[in-house]
Amino acid sequence: MTKTITLDGKTIPFEDGQTIMQAATAAGVYIPHLCHHPEFTPHGSCKLCTVKVNGRNCSACTFPAAEGQDVLNNTKELTDDRKKITQMLFVEGNHFCPSCEKSGNCQLQAVAYHLNMLDDHFPLFYPHREVDASHPDVLIDHNRCIFCTLCVRASREHDGKDVFAIAGRGINKHLIVNSISGHLKDTNLDKNDQAAHVCPTGAILIKRTGYQVPIGQRLYDHQQIDEISLASSGSRPDEALLTFMDEGNADDCREQSRPPSLAVVSEQHHGE
Amino acid sequence: MYEHLETAPNRDNLKRVVVDPVSRVEGHGKVSLLLDENNKVQQARLHIVEFRGFERFIQGRPYWELPVLVQRLCGICPVSHHLAAAKAIDQLVGVDPENLPVSADKLRRLLHFGQVLQSHALHFFHLSSPDLLFGFESDIGKRNIIAVLADYPDIGVQGVKMRKYGQEVIRMVSGKRVHGTGAIAGGMNKALSKEERDYLLADIDQIIQWAVDSVALIKKVHCANLPYYDDFATIRSNYLGLVKPDGALELYHGGIRAKNAAGGTITDHFDYCRYNDLIHEEVRSWTYMKFPYLLSLGKEEGWYRVGPLARVNNCDYINTPLAEAARMEFKAHSPEAMVHSTLAFHWARLIELLHCAESIKGLLHDADLLGGELVAHGEKRYEGIGVIEAPRGTLFHHYQVDENDIVTKANLIVSTTSNNMGMNESVRQVAAEYLSGRELTEPLLNNLEVAIRAYDPCLSCATHAVGKMPLQLELIDAGGALIDKLVKHGNGDIERV
Repeated sequence: MTKTITLDGKTIPFEDGQTIMQAATAAGVYIPHLCHHPEFTPHGSCKLCTVKVNGRNCSACTFPAAEGQDVLNNTKELTDDRKKITQMLFVEGNHFCPSCEKSGNCQLQAVAYHLNMLDDHFPLFYPHREVDASHPDVLIDHNRCIFCTLCVRASREHDGKDVFAIAGRGINKHLIVNSISGHLKDTNLDKNDQAAHVCPTGAILIKRTGYQVPIGQRLYDHQQIDEISLASSGSRPDEALLTFMDEGNADDCREQSRPPSLAVVSEQHHGE
Repeated sequence: MYEHLETAPNRDNLKRVVVDPVSRVEGHGKVSLLLDENNKVQQARLHIVEFRGFERFIQGRPYWELPVLVQRLCGICPVSHHLAAAKAIDQLVGVDPENLPVSADKLRRLLHFGQVLQSHALHFFHLSSPDLLFGFESDIGKRNIIAVLADYPDIGVQGVKMRKYGQEVIRMVSGKRVHGTGAIAGGMNKALSKEERDYLLADIDQIIQWAVDSVALIKKVHCANLPYYDDFATIRSNYLGLVKPDGALELYHGGIRAKNAAGGTITDHFDYCRYNDLIHEEVRSWTYMKFPYLLSLGKEEGWYRVGPLARVNNCDYINTPLAEAARMEFKAHSPEAMVHSTLAFHWARLIELLHCAESIKGLLHDADLLGGELVAHGEKRYEGIGVIEAPRGTLFHHYQVDENDIVTKANLIVSTTSNNMGMNESVRQVAAEYLSGRELTEPLLNNLEVAIRAYDPCLSCATHAVGKMPLQLELIDAGGALIDKLVKHGNGDIERV
C-alpha cells in the first residue's frame, strides 16, 4: 500500500527513504531551495526550504517523509520567512545584479523574484571580499558566495577532489580552496569539474563566457524558477545549460531557446 | 574670448548669483555669477558638482564585465559606453576593428544608430524644444515637454515616437531598451531574427519622414531668428571628432580629425589608440570636470568642442542622401568655413538624427544582420582602447588588465568633458553680452541654461532631470546681505522668500 503525507492539504505519495523535498518534487510541488541538489547529500543550510511539519519548522531537503505528516509549504507565513532569508543573503554579500554576468541564469535572483522580493529590506553590509582570478579558466567572486556548499559537495562527491571548503563561523564564514597558497590556481580544479558549474549564484564562474547568452534566451527570462525546477525534476537546469554551452554548443543552445515571438521578448523585464 | 571672466580680479564685495542645479540636462551642475554694484558680470563659471569614481571601482573586476558594468554610467547613452568598452576589450582578446566579423560590426553599428537617434530625439524634443518653440525667457510653466505636447501636439508626439523607435532598435539588438547586453569581446552575442528586422522595418519610413520634418523645423526656427541664433552663446573654437577614411561623417569607428576655427586641419585620421599623444587634460580647483586640450596647441589655445556641431563641421560629407542635403544647407547658411553658432548644435543634431534613420533603413536591408560569424578570436593583450562618437561627442575608454584578466587601470574621457571649456565660454558669453547690467530674473537666467543645454551635456553621465529639480537664486549685496531670493520647488511652484 502506498504511503502518503499531506502537503498543503493535498495527499501525496512517498517512498521509504525519501525526504519531504523529494516527495514534493515527485508530486509536482515546488519548495524553494538554494543549497539543495538532488545529486548531492542534503545539507540543510540555506533554510529556504523550511516547511511546517505537524506544527514544527523543518528543512524539507533533510527531513524524511513519514506517515501521518501534515506538511505546510505554500503559506504566507513561510513565504514571508523565505523572503526575509533571501533578503539577508543579498545584504550579507555584494550582489549587483545589474552588471552581474549570472543575471538571468542566477538561482538566487530567480528565487528572489519567485518570492516577490522587491527590495533588500535590511541594511546592506557591503563586506570587503576578494576576487580570485588566479585560475586560468575559473574565477571565484567571493562577493556573491552564499555558503550553500554545493561546490564543496560537488567537488567531493562527484569530482572526487575536495577543492572547496567552508572555513570560519558566523559572520566570518568564508569559502576556502585546497591549496597552500590559498589561490585557486594551485588547486587541482579543472574547468570541466562539476564543482565549477554548480554554483547557484555568480560566485564560481567559467572565465570569458559572461554575457554570451543574450537577454531573452537566458534560463529565467521567460519562466519562473518553480516551473523550470519541476520540469527538470528538481535537478539543476542552469548547470546543465552552462555545461552544454561550455562544450561548444552555444549557438545550438541559443537557437533552441530562441523566444517564439517578439511579444515574449517585450514582456521579459524580470532580470537585469 | 571671454576667459577674463573665469576668475574675477578682485572678488571682494561682488554679488553672487547661483543657478543650482542647471535643469533639463543630464546630471547635476550649477552656474555661479559674480556681479559688481552695477550688476556687471565679473565672473561666470559652470561647475560640475558630481563625482562618480567609475575609473576606480572597475579596477579589480574581470574585463568581460566592462561593457555591461560601465554602461551604468548613463541611462541616456549607455550603448555608447557599452560599445566603447566593447571596442577596448576586443583588443584585449586580440581582435582589432578590421578583424571584427562583418555581421558583428553591422549589428553594433545598428545598435549605435538606434542609440544616437533616441538620444538626439530625447534632447531636442523633450529637453530643448520648449526653449526653442516658446522662447528662452518664456513663462516657466511652458518650458517643458508637456506644454509642447499641448501647444504643438504633432511635433511633441513625433519626438516621443522617434525616441521610442530608437529604443526599440536598441531592444531588438541588445535585449532591453536600457542597459541590455549585446557586445562581447570580439563580437556580438546574437544576430537579428527576421521577425525583429521586419518589426523595425515596418516603421522606418515614417521615422525618416519625421526626421526630415525635424530638420526643416530647426532650420526654420534658426533662420527665422537670425542673426540672434548665430550670435547667442557663440564662440569660435577648434573641433574634434572621428571621420571615415574618406572624410565622411562617422559615429562608430574612424580616425580622429581636428580642425581649427578657420577650418584648417590640425590633425587628420589620427589613430585613436595614440590619443595620449594628442590630448591631455587639465584640472581646475573649482569643478570636478577636467579640461582636455590638444597637446600641440597648449592649454590656452588647444581646447576644442565635440558632438554634433563638431562632427557636421568636420566631415567632408554624409553618406546618406537626405542628411547630406541637409548638411549642405546647414553649411551654406554660414559665411564662414566652420559654423560656430552654439545654437546650431541643435540643427547639426537633427541632421545626425536624420542620418541615423537613413542608416538604420540601409542596415535593415542588409542580410549580414541576420547571421554569419558573430565572434572573432585572437591573442590576448594587456591593453585596450576603444573610441566612439557618442551622441554628445568623442568618447574614450582605455583599460589595462593583468595576466588573470583583471582590470588594473582605467581611463575614461567622456564627451561632455571635451565640451567643458566650450560650455564655460558660452556661459561667459551669455553672461557678458545678455545679462550683464540687467536686473536678474528667473526667465533671464534661463538664457544661461539654454546655452548649456545646446551642448546636450551629460554632467554625471548618469542622472536624468527634467524640470522637477528644485532651483534657488540668491542675490547678495556688496556687504554680503541677502537682498533677494527666488526658490523653485520640486512641484514647479516659484516663491520669492
